[in-house]
Amino acid sequence: MEILINFVKIVTVFSLLMLCVSIMTWVERRLSAIIQYRLGPNRVGPWGLLQPIADGVKFIQKQDIIPAEAHKLFYVLAPALAVVPALCAFAVIPFGPTVEIFGTKVPFVILDLDGGLLWAFAATGLGVYALVLAGWSSNSKFSLIGGLRSSAQMISYELPMALSVASVVLVSGTLRPTQIVEQQAGSFLHWNIFGGGFQLLGFILFTVAGYAETNRTPFDLPEAEGELVAGYHTEYSGMRFAAFFMAEYINMMTSSALGITLFLGGWQLGLPTRWLPEPGWVLWGAQILAFVLKMAFFQFLYVWVRWTLPRFRYDQLMNLGWKGLLPLSLANLAVTAILVAYDLVGH
Amino acid sequence: MELIAFFVLALLLVASALVVITNRNPVTCAVALAFNLVAIAGVYMVLDAQFIGLLQVIVYAGAIMVLILFVIMLLNLREEEKPHPAGTFQRVLAPAASLLFAVVIGRALFLSAPSSFPEKADGFGTAASIGNELFMRFYYPFEAISLLLVVAMIGAVLLAKRDVS
Amino acid sequence: MIDPRLVLVLSAVLFSLGVVGVLTRRGAISILMCVELMLNAGNLAFITFARIAGGPEAQIYVFFVMTLAAAEAAAGLAIVIALFRLRGTTDVDEINLLKW
Repeated sequence: MEILINFVKIVTVFSLLMLCVSIMTWVERRLSAIIQYRLGPNRVGPWGLLQPIADGVKFIQKQDIIPAEAHKLFYVLAPALAVVPALCAFAVIPFGPTVEIFGTKVPFVILDLDGGLLWAFAATGLGVYALVLAGWSSNSKFSLIGGLRSSAQMISYELPMALSVASVVLVSGTLRPTQIVEQQAGSFLHWNIFGGGFQLLGFILFTVAGYAETNRTPFDLPEAEGELVAGYHTEYSGMRFAAFFMAEYINMMTSSALGITLFLGGWQLGLPTRWLPEPGWVLWGAQILAFVLKMAFFQFLYVWVRWTLPRFRYDQLMNLGWKGLLPLSLANLAVTAILVAYDLVGH
Repeated sequence: MELIAFFVLALLLVASALVVITNRNPVTCAVALAFNLVAIAGVYMVLDAQFIGLLQVIVYAGAIMVLILFVIMLLNLREEEKPHPAGTFQRVLAPAASLLFAVVIGRALFLSAPSSFPEKADGFGTAASIGNELFMRFYYPFEAISLLLVVAMIGAVLLAKRDVS
Repeated sequence: MIDPRLVLVLSAVLFSLGVVGVLTRRGAISILMCVELMLNAGNLAFITFARIAGGPEAQIYVFFVMTLAAAEAAAGLAIVIALFRLRGTTDVDEINLLKW
């Protein structure tokens, strides 16, 4: 029975993630169009809503090209290696409360690990290999430089990300995402970003590091047109390129979901407990909807920032990571440690 | 169930180790080693050491192997050449000696372990239990190894610096 | 259930495979990678004994070994880079002359 529940959860989350990826492609194109004062795709269905389907068909029917001197195994492996860790990282994120279906308690998280946050970091850390291997195996100058730059950027920004998460772990006293979310119950002032943990700086650091981790503007120099052709996925076309694309969007969603879980109360509604209805499908549905809305806001923020800010030069990017974000996150950790030691925050 | 998982992982471990020691392309070796490390982390998880397993993926597979891959790509290492013909004796003797070594060590380990695992202690392998011990009993080694990491970082930066003359 | 002796034999096999690699390979980085293999085999044995004994001590040893391996890999790779700049190759058979 448990296996069946887990299977249903995995299939549901996987399909919803893939659906969100295709919705994101539409959102990105329409929103970027609105920001740039033009129309986006509006021919393929009402408001261009069938555009992702058209994109999918386009990608599938493209010719499968493998460069002549490329290392075939890694060239084929890299797109898969990009998508799998991105999907795995989402397994520990609680996107809803523990509901009761026909008498059994079903937590809305696929893997309720004791070290759940470490799992998320492990999965995002494994995502670096795809970039490195894609860049190297394409046997092209732009790809190699782009791949090395992208992965150096990713591992540089893993540090501030991990340190800001460490501050949250200090406040919450646990590595389990479900517990971290449960501790942020009550009004939204109890969220870790506000009174619950005073982690506003941590949240900002985490978000900026998340933008750099997912190679999104303003940190997307390694894959920007006009700079490095397309960085590590220069030589990729068709469905392989679509796989990298998907991996980037899934990484975005995982990063936002982590940020929401740690700082913004996950699926908590942000209302004081006495205002909430009785535990039942009304409350649970509202909480799941709260999570979805928070995720939607974060994705909107990703697209908005991409089409508003210019991109960093690579040395500016690395300087920001090592000389800016890292000392700030260390300072955040130190201040949080002092606050926790004197019992001003913490559980 | 765990037995099946362990056997599959063991097979993957030995296969990837063989790739690491025989393949001539350094990048293939590095990726095979990364796979090996993730498989070992899998074995750790099967043995209920969750924290260490996840730490293994983050530190070893996610950081050290990426570093090794970086260095291989930046140095642009080509495929290794075939070993010297003069090394044939060495190439036969090394596996033979290692086989003998494996038998001796394996037998020693075999005799020193019980034939089945005891029940899992409560809180075994969690971050809390390890953290407690680490910061209480092993406090001085912890500080010492932090110092060692700083020294290693400084040393690595100095050694790899280009001579600015 | 798993027999701990199987896991230990696996660890011994991995260790000796690492030894073969160190003795046979020619590239300095490949030798470093085989050393990492040996370290991991040792870690595997540690974790098995930790599970048998039930306490967190052996896991902390593994923690320290992992940290040491990271420091050693970083320093070792820096040495390999410096060597490559000097000799133009990482082939250990070629690097057989002291500074003259």
